[in-house]
Amino acid sequence: MSKPKGWKDLPTGGMILEAGNADKYNTGAWRSDRPIWIEENCIQCMFCWIFCPDTSVTVKDGKRSEFDYQHCKGCGICALECPSKVKAIVMLTEAEGAASDALEKARAIAGKMAADKAAEKAKAGKE
Amino acid sequence: MPKKVAMTGNVAVANAMRQINPDVCAAYPITPSTEIVQQFSNFVADGIVDTVLVTVESEHSAMSACIGACAAGGRVMNATSANGLALMWEMLYIASGNRLPIILSCVNRALSAPINIHGDHSDSMGARDSGWIQLYAENAQEAYDNTIMAPRIGEHFDVRLPVMSCMDGFIISHSIENIELLDDKQVKDFIGPYKSNVPTLLDINNPVTMGALHLQDYYIESKRQQHEAMKKAKKVVIDVGKEYGKFSGRTYGLFEEYKLKDADIALVVLNSAAGTAKVVVDELRKQGIKAGLLKPRLFRPFPYLEVANALKNCTAVCVMDRADSFGGAGGPLFTEVRSALYDLPARPLMINKIYGLGGRDLGLEDVRKVYRELVKLAESGKAAKLYEYITVRD
Repeated sequence: MSKPKGWKDLPTGGMILEAGNADKYNTGAWRSDRPIWIEENCIQCMFCWIFCPDTSVTVKDGKRSEFDYQHCKGCGICALECPSKVKAIVMLTEAEGAASDALEKARAIAGKMAADKAAEKAKAGKE
Repeated sequence: MPKKVAMTGNVAVANAMRQINPDVCAAYPITPSTEIVQQFSNFVADGIVDTVLVTVESEHSAMSACIGACAAGGRVMNATSANGLALMWEMLYIASGNRLPIILSCVNRALSAPINIHGDHSDSMGARDSGWIQLYAENAQEAYDNTIMAPRIGEHFDVRLPVMSCMDGFIISHSIENIELLDDKQVKDFIGPYKSNVPTLLDINNPVTMGALHLQDYYIESKRQQHEAMKKAKKVVIDVGKEYGKFSGRTYGLFEEYKLKDADIALVVLNSAAGTAKVVVDELRKQGIKAGLLKPRLFRPFPYLEVANALKNCTAVCVMDRADSFGGAGGPLFTEVRSALYDLPARPLMINKIYGLGGRDLGLEDVRKVYRELVKLAESGKAAKLYEYITVRD
């Protein structure tokens, strides 16, 4: 980072003269929960891209890509809205999500969530 | 040619606004300032001005709309009083912090409670730390002149700060006086088109962010910069006041000195009460008493060095405040003036009177009493009371 400006060099009223500068500001630093994307479960519906209140779901060549963790605040809306039968987005705590086994953990949770849902449905059918 | 006309203070200010022809006026009515925007809205309706008049649902919204319009690159004016100004409070700081030279006519009125519609300075004095330049006027003529000078001061490239132009509610705002209106062309030439040395929001080729987050890393630099702009405003006020004098015949400075040069005793008082005090000064001078008066015009930035220099030869000085600073070491004007005099090698004795709250009349006899007390103080060297209310029933 360059040396911070002194008051004499600061634009009048602290104006920011560069457009699109919010992209450079790391607002994901205070996230406490982290969404994990499980690519093989993703049906490319783009719901997460639409629902994200920030711009933290990135798209490459028309396909959903990795999260932008510099700006994701961990609100969990993407995980809630994910319509895939086996969830393609799972929320972990920030510590769990940052660990090397995060994806395996997420897969396990997604699998369990789908199994629980199926069991519930079966139970409801019998009754 | 300038012409003599009879007008209330409010109508005079509305005419100054007509001659300035701002891009936007956003306002919400409140007594006693209502008449300014009421008259001005006639000019808008009649197509005499090009201004977009934004009628809003509160003073908070009025100032917010002014901020938006000024940030977009317009010349912006509005008017308010008392609780209206109080409701603008949050936005006053946002206007000055974003360095937006909005012009506000503040028709001074007492703040509630108890509810009161008459003139005192509790409204603008409460806003004295909001980063607005503050000009005060004794009469309708000065209110008119200050309104015309305000854009030149606030919009100056060294300044870029909002300006509050104050006059006493009812006493001036609703009294008809003979004033001299300048030619429309004179005002137009003096004001010139609105210019900005910083990008504005409608300048789509230079997109900028205004009002961005400044935390521990930048906030204090921003405020230091604002402090500098306020300091520079003093010279601009003097320069603009001189230039105005050249074609209007009325030159303005930082304050008016009335028979102060050789005065032993002096009063410091803002706005319309200064007119009352001048009558008493004349009486005392006839009696051989060297009485004088200092009437501040510029309160923010406060010209403390010049005020100290003007009062340095006095033996005793009374500062009269039409607003209290509850629990303070005196009223707001007093603490300012007394602080200004601290660095003098020999300081005048000083007392403070809080007077005229809620529009309570200040009569000639009230002022005579204060001067008589100053005579005694100058002789005895001892103040009976440093800080007290007058024009009040015990």
